Amino acid sequence: MSKVREITVNVDEFLALDKYEVDEESAHIELVEDPDDEEFLKLVRVCPAALYKIDEDGKKSFDYAGCLECGTCRIACEGTIVKKWENPRPTMGVEYRYG
Amino acid sequence: MSETDFDIIVVGSGCAGAVAAYTAASAGKSVLVVERGVFAGAKNITGGRIYSHSLKKVFPDFEREAPLERRITHERMAFMDPASQLAVDFTSPELAEEGRDSYSVLRAPFDQWLAEKAEEAGAEYICGIAVEELLKDEGGKVCGVRAGEDEITAQVVVLAEGCNTVLAERCLGNPRPKPSQMAVGVKQVLELPSGVIEDRFLLPEGEGAAMLFVGDCTHGNVGGGFLYTNKDSVSLGLVATISTAADGANEVPVYQMLEDFKNHPAVAPVIKGAKLVEHSGHMVPEGGYDMVPRYVFDGCLVAGESAGLCMNMGYQVRGMDFAVASGQMAGQAAVKALDAGDTSAAGLASYKQAMEDSFVIKDLATFRKWPHTMEGWSSMFTDYPVMAREVFNAMFSVDGEPQRPLMKRMMPIVKKRGLLRLAGEVRKAVRSL
Repeated sequence: MSKVREITVNVDEFLALDKYEVDEESAHIELVEDPDDEEFLKLVRVCPAALYKIDEDGKKSFDYAGCLECGTCRIACEGTIVKKWENPRPTMGVEYRYG
Repeated sequence: MSETDFDIIVVGSGCAGAVAAYTAASAGKSVLVVERGVFAGAKNITGGRIYSHSLKKVFPDFEREAPLERRITHERMAFMDPASQLAVDFTSPELAEEGRDSYSVLRAPFDQWLAEKAEEAGAEYICGIAVEELLKDEGGKVCGVRAGEDEITAQVVVLAEGCNTVLAERCLGNPRPKPSQMAVGVKQVLELPSGVIEDRFLLPEGEGAAMLFVGDCTHGNVGGGFLYTNKDSVSLGLVATISTAADGANEVPVYQMLEDFKNHPAVAPVIKGAKLVEHSGHMVPEGGYDMVPRYVFDGCLVAGESAGLCMNMGYQVRGMDFAVASGQMAGQAAVKALDAGDTSAAGLASYKQAMEDSFVIKDLATFRKWPHTMEGWSSMFTDYPVMAREVFNAMFSVDGEPQRPLMKRMMPIVKKRGLLRLAGEVRKAVRSL
């Protein structure tokens, strides 16, 4: 498995400053079951919101709630492990106050 | 022509969409803009700076009306290795001249202003709902949009959905951009008092600085860092080509790159004490001319980033001026086609002609080779900044030992890299610039 250097930054703290209307009922991005390790690692590297994580035990997690809606994961992995990428439902998702 | 709900529907209210709506509504057409953000700009991000020339053509008084941050009169380009920085720092009155000036902007306020201009001209707005599908008639001509339960029809649809081209791919058959053609951008807005910004960046009151960084900011990956001063904040971020950033050879996620960039000894002092107020992400089309897709269809025109209209030259990053110009040309072409009673691809073809006759396609064509040059020029992002450090340390550093002539100090630094190889790389790059 390819490597990712130790992370010293907590992006979740940054995302807490952003304004969101989180759609609790529907995920606008879905991954395939049991995603391939290397494909998942690509998303760990490129997602600017650090939503794709691998913990110390090697367990993968993804949470769409902090999504910045850039579409990078779609460009990197649609057709491999990104199964669905839609815009969030009406009035949902991130709301940039500066941009 | 058959009856439709509107003459024109514009999908997306960024620089391209709002200007297309403004242009068509000003010509008396009925226009609906469907914007997925709860307000125009809510989903939009710039680095950012807008070169004003094309905006000036649409809004001659924009300097007084638009929510601009600062007029950029201080340009800076820096090579950074992990600890050093070599910068070219330039100020000049010509940078402030009307017609060639540029401004830092924040898209939430800026796009709301653009949307207001379109509304004042008569365009109607629906915000907070994403278009899910472009409707087509039995002949395959785009004839409207579906947003949620609603189907709304029009003679012409202007698609300005941004660079995440979901609709252009799914409904128009345009190709999905390749990871090598797109960069991921990550940016933070950091608040500082305006006086502190002017002191730290050596700015006359109200004027602004733009800084571009190459090298360690992306840990040697293809890409670069940027900093733009706003009125009372700075926009700091970086872009990295998705294919190389995602590759197993890169061990540093982009958000960690940004954190390291913020902690670089050349950057940390200028943002010291600043308060983070927003963390954002956005893609940037960087493939240039070769990634521009088809942008004229039966009943539909594609404008702005959706048409890949962006250029990252390393020393110059452009997108919004292309978006504004393409929005205006799309609006004008739609009006012309409506007046002529033919909104087929043939009837809308004046858009393609106008684009090809303008700076938009001409500039992309001129610098067509540049994205490939950058991609294959890894030393620009890794070894050149280190070489710069060695060269300038040899020049500036004094240790009291008897000094050798300057050329004798420099030549080993250049020679160990191969003089011919360096000259070859630079010549190749200069040719594509």
